[in-house]
Amino acid sequence: MFKSMYNWIDERLDITPMWRDIADHEVPEHVNPAHHFSAFVYCFGGLTFFITVIQILSGMFLTMYYVPDIINAYYSVDYLQHQVAFGAIVRGMHHWGASLVIVMMFLHTLRVFFTGSYKAPREMNWIVGMLIFFVMLGLGFTGYLLPWDNKAYYATKVGLEIAGSVPYLGDYIKELMNGGTIVGAQTLTRFFAIHVFFLPGALLALLAGHFIMIRKQGISGPL
Amino acid sequence: MAHKHDPNEKIVYVGDSRIRKRAKSNVSPPDYTAFPGKSEAFIPNFLLKEWMVGVVVLVGFLVLVIAEPAPLGYPADPLNSSFIPMPDWYFLFLYQLLKYPYASGDYIVLGILGLSGIPFIALLLAPFLDTGKERRFYRRPIASSLMLVSLAAIAYLTWVSWDHYQHELAKNGVIPEHIEREIKNEESIEKGLGRWVPGKEKIPAMVEAEDVAFTETMTQAACITCHGSELEGGVGPALRGIGDARSKEELFDAIMNGKGEGMPPFKGTLTDDQIEKVATWLSKQKAAAAE
Repeated sequence: MFKSMYNWIDERLDITPMWRDIADHEVPEHVNPAHHFSAFVYCFGGLTFFITVIQILSGMFLTMYYVPDIINAYYSVDYLQHQVAFGAIVRGMHHWGASLVIVMMFLHTLRVFFTGSYKAPREMNWIVGMLIFFVMLGLGFTGYLLPWDNKAYYATKVGLEIAGSVPYLGDYIKELMNGGTIVGAQTLTRFFAIHVFFLPGALLALLAGHFIMIRKQGISGPL
Repeated sequence: MAHKHDPNEKIVYVGDSRIRKRAKSNVSPPDYTAFPGKSEAFIPNFLLKEWMVGVVVLVGFLVLVIAEPAPLGYPADPLNSSFIPMPDWYFLFLYQLLKYPYASGDYIVLGILGLSGIPFIALLLAPFLDTGKERRFYRRPIASSLMLVSLAAIAYLTWVSWDHYQHELAKNGVIPEHIEREIKNEESIEKGLGRWVPGKEKIPAMVEAEDVAFTETMTQAACITCHGSELEGGVGPALRGIGDARSKEELFDAIMNGKGEGMPPFKGTLTDDQIEKVATWLSKQKAAAAE
């Protein structure tokens, strides 16, 4: 029955080439850790994506309980952490995953750098990769404020002061991110929106570009 | 308009909605027959092997998640002037860099643009700066050594920043809030007062609220200006339930001679007898007695 359903859709949308393209493409031996243990360095990109998926899923569950306002934000996180079933696990995954994704991405960047994989024709993919790196750092920075405890508040204050010291544009950047002149209610809602809508949207678009380019150009050859 | 019909095609499309046949890619070969060794299909062969690595990482990750709960301190207090700010660990190197005299203050432009901006832009544009054909890192001494020096600098700055933070904590005798919170929470649960949530403490009711010591003496001495009109706390600490924390002698001494920077001595303002009575009344303020 599934076969006839599949055929029904395939006749109309011609979906076979899409998944065959993903499934059938060859992976060369030099990146396969089953053949060369040292090839595990080629896994960091995939692991970054794996942790990113964990971040997106755990984040989706966190927003079911999180309330982005200065009175309730802290207590909603406290409730989530201590009262909600598996809340501590989900928040723990999001908290530690945020660090782990940076670690994995850093290792992936170093692998690409030291194997010279960013060289022609893959220059554009390196740039997209660096943009993903900056988006990830932005996600880390905006997400850090959301629990609205002292650590979050003062880290953001210091971070925005640093942003404010950028020559010429600093004051504008700072006010834009603050949503006013102080770190307060506006900052929290703004950071929440940036953290859950703007940056993830940008991240997904960049990831799509990253993967399409890898597929188009293939993995760089052995050294 | 007549289309040429491919007799092998399952469906004949008409008009411009025809799905185009894939053109041969001219960028690189679609397979890796040019590379030595055994290639294999992405799904399922390779993905299963990659999943093995993923599982090892996932298990380690979940062990960390279960062993170390995500930290949560006290609610943000913009008036707290003694809190030591600390960005997340991967920003520490930048935070530390911008503390040095030649990267801050009058030299902030150098710090932001020269020491942070230019290296980041260089990294972004690396493929256009390192344009040679050579890929092996030991044959690209400039690119590799710049990266290694940057890595060493990042590691060093992160360590200095963290070390400085630990030093500050020790110097000021500060326990990080998320740890202190857990300690207080455990104490609260042990005492049978339930889970402790900062800012949501249950204030015990007042014991013997009609006592002269409170209605007259404490009003006369203006205790309530700092400790709150219902002794719920203000500039000074809450006095409800103070009997659980302090003995009568300690309270007597605090009123008589003052305490810390905030509490003035009331010796002379109040008679010894009045202080004695206030201390006695305060020592009766116990959470258990209030119920």
